[in-house]
Amino acid sequence: MSYSITLGALLSHWRVRPFQALTLVLGLALATALWSGVQALNAEARASYAQATSVVTGTRPVLVREGGVIDEREYVSLRRAGWQVSPVVEGWIGSGRSRVKLFGIDALTAPRDTQAATFAFSDGMAGTMLSPGRLFASPVTAARLAGEELPPVHASDALAPGIAIADIGIAQRLLGMEGQLSHLVILETQPMVRPPLADLAPGLTQRKIDGAEDLARLTDSFHLNLTAFGFLSFAVGLFIVNGAIGLAFEQRRPLFRTLRALGVPGRTLTIALASELLAFALLAGCLGIVLGYLIAAALLPDVAATLRGLYGVPVEGTLTIRPAWWAAGLLIAMLGTALAGAAALWKTARLPVLAPARPRAWAMAGHTAERAQAIAALGLAALAGALVLLGSGLVAAFAMLGALLIAAALALPPLLSRALQLFARGAKTAESEWFWADTRQQLPGLSLALMALLLALAANIGVGTMVSSFRLTFAGWLDQRLASELYISTRTDAEGAALTAWLEARGLTVLPIWNVDASIDGAPGTIYGVADHATYRDNWPLIDASPDVWDKVAAGEAALINEQYARRGALRPGSTVTLPVGDPLEVAGIYSDYGNPEAQILVSVATLTERFPGVERQRFGVRVAQEDANALAKEITDAFGIPPENMTDQASLKRFSIEVFERTFTVTGALNILTLGVAGIAILTSLLTLATMRLPQLAPVWAVGLTRARLARLELLRALVLAAFTAIAALPVGLTLAWILLAVINVEAFGWRLPMHLFPGDWIKLGLLAILAAGLAGLWPAIKLARLAPADLVRVFSNER
Amino acid sequence: MNARRWFIRLILSLWAVSASAQVFGSIGPSADGFAQPDPAYRLSFPADHGPHPAFRIEWWYVTANLTDSDGRNYGIQWTLFRSALAPETGEGWSSPEVWMGHAAVTTPDLHLSEERFARGGIGQAGVKPEPFYAWIDEWRMEGPTLSTVRMTAQGSEFSYDLQLTADMPFVMHGDAGYSVKTPDGQASHYYSQPFYDVSGTLNLPDGPAEVTGTAWLDREWSSDELSGGFAGWDWFGLTLDGGERLMGARMRNAGGATAFSAATWIASDGTVTAFPDGAFTAAPLETTEVAGREVPVRWRIALPARGLEATVVALNDHAWMDTSFSYWEGPVFVSGSHTGRGYLEMTGYE
Repeated sequence: MSYSITLGALLSHWRVRPFQALTLVLGLALATALWSGVQALNAEARASYAQATSVVTGTRPVLVREGGVIDEREYVSLRRAGWQVSPVVEGWIGSGRSRVKLFGIDALTAPRDTQAATFAFSDGMAGTMLSPGRLFASPVTAARLAGEELPPVHASDALAPGIAIADIGIAQRLLGMEGQLSHLVILETQPMVRPPLADLAPGLTQRKIDGAEDLARLTDSFHLNLTAFGFLSFAVGLFIVNGAIGLAFEQRRPLFRTLRALGVPGRTLTIALASELLAFALLAGCLGIVLGYLIAAALLPDVAATLRGLYGVPVEGTLTIRPAWWAAGLLIAMLGTALAGAAALWKTARLPVLAPARPRAWAMAGHTAERAQAIAALGLAALAGALVLLGSGLVAAFAMLGALLIAAALALPPLLSRALQLFARGAKTAESEWFWADTRQQLPGLSLALMALLLALAANIGVGTMVSSFRLTFAGWLDQRLASELYISTRTDAEGAALTAWLEARGLTVLPIWNVDASIDGAPGTIYGVADHATYRDNWPLIDASPDVWDKVAAGEAALINEQYARRGALRPGSTVTLPVGDPLEVAGIYSDYGNPEAQILVSVATLTERFPGVERQRFGVRVAQEDANALAKEITDAFGIPPENMTDQASLKRFSIEVFERTFTVTGALNILTLGVAGIAILTSLLTLATMRLPQLAPVWAVGLTRARLARLELLRALVLAAFTAIAALPVGLTLAWILLAVINVEAFGWRLPMHLFPGDWIKLGLLAILAAGLAGLWPAIKLARLAPADLVRVFSNER
Repeated sequence: MNARRWFIRLILSLWAVSASAQVFGSIGPSADGFAQPDPAYRLSFPADHGPHPAFRIEWWYVTANLTDSDGRNYGIQWTLFRSALAPETGEGWSSPEVWMGHAAVTTPDLHLSEERFARGGIGQAGVKPEPFYAWIDEWRMEGPTLSTVRMTAQGSEFSYDLQLTADMPFVMHGDAGYSVKTPDGQASHYYSQPFYDVSGTLNLPDGPAEVTGTAWLDREWSSDELSGGFAGWDWFGLTLDGGERLMGARMRNAGGATAFSAATWIASDGTVTAFPDGAFTAAPLETTEVAGREVPVRWRIALPARGLEATVVALNDHAWMDTSFSYWEGPVFVSGSHTGRGYLEMTGYE
């Protein structure tokens, strides 16, 4: 019999059961969508990084002063000695999450093949070079910059998103970097004779600037996080596919037998089945990619905002479709189908021609695997433990996380089996004894779906605990950190001085909040100057400090550093830190500083102004009764003309900070819910699979007197019980996950360790949600059972099987 | 329009080389508050050796014909252009001045060139009249006065270090340095020092060469963009064996015909005679393909008023300045009623 007839016979199954086909396609599409959606997010961000840096330098090496800026005069002396270099100044404009990376270039000397050189003067040189100058940005970025106090922004489609380009002089002024350069691009063509760099500019070093790599390193944790979620979702989606394929194979066993009996070779049958799967994979893959695109497009604005706000990398919230992405999506769909369908295909290929169709064999085969699973689970748990003790770095942390989750998933069926055994022992009636024993017997068929549920629940608990702990800590920390009731930015230093005098004359305490952006140990960071005041002594969130910490800081002998810098530099109270200017200072204490990945050093105001005389003296905190803050702001506006938007009261600032925080975790939350939804569908498909196979076991129970309605209720109850057990098992897994996230991954990724808080209310809600999902999934098979014609049950006994 | 092209337009605006005058429509004559050349102005040195910020465009242009001890011929070029976006100077990047340098070395079979750009206001390029110091990056023209300067420049494959000395006064073109360029009277301030003796070293890919010879400095500034549909210009700066110097230039229209010509005859004692339009003629005898275009490399020139009728032939046909603003600039030899050598500059051969 020909291949096409065999395929036709096989495909007829899906016409009879369109819902099953839908489940299969949907499961596969979901798995592909979540995976490729996350990949798209990552790819988009990475592409932005690469684009942003190539805009200015291409792939050329640069001259930098490690941990510092380059004096413009050094540039001129290098040029006048023959070095063909081009100056670049870079920094951030705009505020918070609307930050845009600004590159200032000199188009006359910039490498000609870079985007920047082409664009800086695309609209006439005089307007670009002479005050007020001009900014060039992609339309999205330009739109985001609208409303900022900047020179006119010109939109250009051809510019990489997330960055702006201006003439170097204009950029220096906007960035407050007059006379300073960030790096010098070394051009390809150099003259015959150049004095050595060491003679001309001893402090400068030559290196390859790989912004894409730098930014990628910075954001590694974020992308790993997303990837882990994507992978988890993919795995969960595959459980659905596995369920659907298993069901279809089981239901078609009689057909396989018939086809084989009619003379179809096993090979032809296997090939036909494989082509069927391939067709499903292609269909679902395409659907999944479209879905994935939609997911990515929906999430990207938040991802982009997070990346900008948290890490300060230039990314826009617009998605480009990349061909590689389509290919990867289809490939992953086919790979997933292959994974999910391999077992079924293998079994079919080895099916003896005249083997009776025994649907239960599929489910029963799982029993022997239980022991192997338990052993594998123990091994993986040991690996996770070893990684806790020995591993370091983000990849190790995520590997640990993966090992833990897979170990937990593998351990679930043996654990559930043991638990059900215990319940069966305690059973009082024959009916309950049958219920527990039968439930245990269902376990192999349901275990994959339950594992999916476990993973989804554990991820929810883990990530939920992390986010909630973070939120709680963050809110408390904000209370400490934002001790002043009113924050004011004056427009000039002189206005700042006048305002201070005016406020002090009214008996109010004014706390300068002055800072300079500086390179700290070669990475961007900030140095703050603070007044010696009880506000800091009482409130500042110190994690570790030497005695008399504030006295030492006030005396200009010591500095405080933030936790991330302390961890990165392995610094403790008593260590020393080097500022770009002046003698090193002792580290007197370490404070927590959430939501900021960069290093921070805090010194006394006197130390700051002495070492950085040019520091802007325009930001102040004012201690005033909270209820008087708004009235005071009005008075200040009246007296000094300082616009209201230059003043923020504590409450608004907190609200804004919390809002930034919440938006940061929107993506995490969305992926969490999607994962749980996918797990629910996995349970449904598994139950449906089992329902059709279970008649031979239910028929005798029905025959001894249990009504169909009672049986249906028991079926539903079983789903609920298993979900409840799984939820209970998920709790310790989730909490361990939370611990890894808070104590290992956060430290690796951001440089701060967060205390773990427990939220039992959330667990109960989540448990109920899981039971609800299982109940909904079990409802349909139960209703089908309740409505089953008695004749179908009777027929079981007439069947030879 | 990129920066370099923009710069070029400004430079070209002095001689109005563009095929289409409309391109410059946005920059009209005497627009933007720039000063205009004034026929009553009398040049004064050393001040006029320095920059003229009130004018839009200005250059310091040196070409030299050199010979080594084996009798091999060389030519070198050292040029500094100043261009301003506004008629003012300033410190820092906000200065409206930009600078461009061109350097080249030509031998019978090699032509190497290099260009540099610099912003004004930051010290990367500039000119000081006394002691004379003109520089862009590491290229320099430096001496106690403009009559005694050391001139250096280099590219990735060549460098030179030359001493230039002149004991003759500077030569004023046109009417005491007020040089009319077009039939409708647009002009520049223009003087030269065509009497430099040169000695020094050239470093070329096949090794160094000790050379001696003569050099010619052109100084010119203006603010105008010239009117009319000129296609380009051909400029001859010739040092004749009798000690005379000839500057002859013609503006070309789109068809290649002479639209306007000017000439200055400098006797060996430094006596200057300026000739009006039409006195000097130049006609191509032979073209050759250079950088993908047909460029005349043999000329018939004539200044009947001085009995001059000669053929001018390029030392190296391929002296093409492959810079952002590309043109032909190279050493030439003169034969006929007079013999000698010099430099030829040809622009607008698209």
